[in-house]
Amino acid sequence: MDYNTEELLAVTLARLIRDPEAPPARHIAVGAASPVPAAACWLVAKQGAPVRLSLLHKRSGNPFTEGTRELFDLTGQGRIDLFFLGGGQIDGQANLNLVGTGEWPGKGVRFPGSFGSAFMYMMTHRTILFREEHSPRVLVERVDNISAPGVSAPGVFRRGHAQALVTGRCVFRFHPDRGRFSLQSLHPGETVEEIRAATGFDFDVQGDIPFTPAPTPDELALLRGAVCDEMLETYPEFCARVFNRKAAA
Amino acid sequence: MQPIALDAMAASVPDGAMLALPPDNSLPSVALAKAIARRGVRGLRLVGVPVSGFATDILIGAGCVVEVQTSAVSLGEAGFAPRFTAALRAGTIVVRDATCPAMHTMLQASEKGVPFMPLRGLIGSDILANRPDWKVVQNPFGPEGDIIVLLPALSPDVAIFHAAMADSQGNVWLGRRRECATIAHASQRVLVTVERVVEGNFLEDERLAPGTINATYIEAVAIAERGAHPVALLDEYGFDAAYVSEYARMAKTDAGFQEWAAREIFHPVAAAAE
Repeated sequence: MDYNTEELLAVTLARLIRDPEAPPARHIAVGAASPVPAAACWLVAKQGAPVRLSLLHKRSGNPFTEGTRELFDLTGQGRIDLFFLGGGQIDGQANLNLVGTGEWPGKGVRFPGSFGSAFMYMMTHRTILFREEHSPRVLVERVDNISAPGVSAPGVFRRGHAQALVTGRCVFRFHPDRGRFSLQSLHPGETVEEIRAATGFDFDVQGDIPFTPAPTPDELALLRGAVCDEMLETYPEFCARVFNRKAAA
Repeated sequence: MQPIALDAMAASVPDGAMLALPPDNSLPSVALAKAIARRGVRGLRLVGVPVSGFATDILIGAGCVVEVQTSAVSLGEAGFAPRFTAALRAGTIVVRDATCPAMHTMLQASEKGVPFMPLRGLIGSDILANRPDWKVVQNPFGPEGDIIVLLPALSPDVAIFHAAMADSQGNVWLGRRRECATIAHASQRVLVTVERVVEGNFLEDERLAPGTINATYIEAVAIAERGAHPVALLDEYGFDAAYVSEYARMAKTDAGFQEWAAREIFHPVAAAAE
């Protein structure tokens, strides 16, 4: 069955959300401009998982009645189980740079800024890193500036770490105990050698690396139907491009 | 309560003020930002609560700004904020990076009238390393070695935002966007633009009261129809993506920004429409 990259990525994220070895995902928050993670969360919900979704930029029915600080207050208490983060640079120790390259605060190429990452990454029970561009410019050996640290010194209060990094070419697992990524699966058509060439950081490879499983017909039907219905208001351009669906005028 | 004119409101913002603004998803007063730019205010220190968007970028482009304290500056789907990015590169503004919950926490300390508040996270981030005004201390109630960040109270000189409506008493209603309430409670002066003024008192209506900011916090109200445009206003009007995209394209260069500003900020017809 035909599917596109965004559908593969959404399904891959959904499987990581449901990973039985990871802490339970009862309440997931999704940030702004994150249509693929939002699609993954809606897919998990439409598959019947008992999950509460708080979509930060939902205009009608926004989940927060105390302003955006409520998200951070919830997270501070440990009530947000899973969050998604990306970065202009991500390094082999899962440090995230959302500030910019070069000297602080981004004298090279300035990115928008750190948003809530310096707090969310440490206070959420787990984080899935998502960045579609997989290149040596994004996946670097060492980030120029740390918006949010991948690991913390012993004694520093921290609830969780990165679970995985999903890119447009593969899935990496993160191992906070040794502060390194390992290659978990290759998206169809990729090879370990190609991933090594496209990745600025060193990572572990154990045994034969499988391909990332393709979406099933059931998953695709949900994505293109019930999931798309939920996303039309917030992400009209994404729904038109990926699911070929236009919002009613 | 008698609303004042938008231009009079802009005229009350002095050079050098620390000016707090909500982001594009939370009711910025773009109309007032344009009026401030028209007046040629200089030396503003902007505070993004907790991030910054369109209004911040046009104030920077118009040369009103010397400093931005924020957790991010972005035009959302339209991409990076072009005048912010150019000013940072040119060194004409000081950027004091923060992270969203830290912005809220510093304002919440002012709400409570306490000198600082603690916040978890942050340790190990270069944001903290570049904020000498943020301190790491031993948790006085916790086990030895449990360190935590203390953030100083932040009380902006002036806060500006746009609400759906004001009532006869000067209360303003903006629904669930309560970060504007935090900004209002924490700031020295609060200037609010509204779509309309209605008779009555929102605080006597059980359904409106929770989305209301009490007039005690508000210095002045001015009527500015479509005052959030191009940003969305609750369920009243949507985000004008085409307008922001055109801005993002033109404001890539200073000359392009000046051309845009001549039409959208300084042109007599544009000014009269505010």
